[in-house]
Amino acid sequence: MKNKRATSKPAGDTIAVPRSQIVIYSIVALISLAGLADATYLAVQALTGETMVCGGSPDCFKVLGSTYARIGGVPLALVGAVAYFSVFSFAILGAFGYARVRRFLLFTVWSMFAVTLWLLYTQAFILHAFCRYCLFSAAMVFLLAGLIVASRSP
Amino acid sequence: MKRVLPFIIVAVVGFVTLGAGIVLYRAKRPQTTAIPKAMGASKEHAEEVHARGPANAAVTLEEYGDFQCPPCGGLEVPLQQIERDYASSLRVIFRNFPFAVHEHAHEAAYAAEAASLQGRFWEMHDLLYREQAVWAKTKDVQPLFDSYAGMIGLNLERFKKDAGGEQVKAKVESDRKRGEELGVKNTPTIFINNQSVPPTSLNPVALRAAIDAAVKDRDNGS
Repeated sequence: MKNKRATSKPAGDTIAVPRSQIVIYSIVALISLAGLADATYLAVQALTGETMVCGGSPDCFKVLGSTYARIGGVPLALVGAVAYFSVFSFAILGAFGYARVRRFLLFTVWSMFAVTLWLLYTQAFILHAFCRYCLFSAAMVFLLAGLIVASRSP
Repeated sequence: MKRVLPFIIVAVVGFVTLGAGIVLYRAKRPQTTAIPKAMGASKEHAEEVHARGPANAAVTLEEYGDFQCPPCGGLEVPLQQIERDYASSLRVIFRNFPFAVHEHAHEAAYAAEAASLQGRFWEMHDLLYREQAVWAKTKDVQPLFDSYAGMIGLNLERFKKDAGGEQVKAKVESDRKRGEELGVKNTPTIFINNQSVPPTSLNPVALRAAIDAAVKDRDNGS
């Protein structure tokens, strides 16, 4: 009975979601929104060419103007924005009981985690410069990964 | 309603993000498009402009640069190669646009202007860019700049006096003011025949293409 009260009511093909899971999904959605804002800003900078010129921190230029900041000409920040938006979408759907999205959420967050580790390595050992926007994004991804781990623990 | 609510939330966030991105893109798009005829370099006295290449060249490339700006330093080598390749048809003009965020950018601009007073602007310009990685990390750059002055054969006492003088500061400020009037916000900002080059085209291949197009335009026009 107690357990029943702690879940939301299922609707259609959705399942009942424990309140604790709803809280975690909501926090995941909020964090991904912060990451989305950061990545969108960086993507716009890359598309306008602002990262190719100078007017701010030299270290930021070193990172964002480097070849590592693009994949086949596409700004990595744009890929990041899509990833954050996907995480937000999956978290919202998960919170409303769409159980199938959970595997997509896990896959996306762990993929972002792996890419973040590579980017941190690139900044520290290849470029020898750190971009504060990238560090903020890395912090968001670590938080997301932590929440995903927390949501799986009993 | 509960079934569609998450999709509505996702769609709203998607549209808001897209809208914010478009607004930001429009705001950040470079505003510099062209140098008005009244502000063209040809209207100024030759001694006020740092230019190299034939005065009657088909193409004039005007750069707003900051000696401590990494992209400016990175572009310098390919730009010098372009100057050599288009020797007879390209005139290059340099204008100072130092940023306060770069610790020694103003001192470097003053050093270049002080060298200019002894007729060695381009020698100092090239040296400052070539050695950017060294002096940019140095706390006290003045001894280094003095040694550069010695290397290019300047009268050291006069260089030291000029580098701290009002004349060079006024020249740097005048360049900067002109840049601001044209909408320059970042460096390097480059104009080819008074038309601004988009930041995404600040690479050797795109610059060569822009110069070729300008030469062709001039040929077709004449």
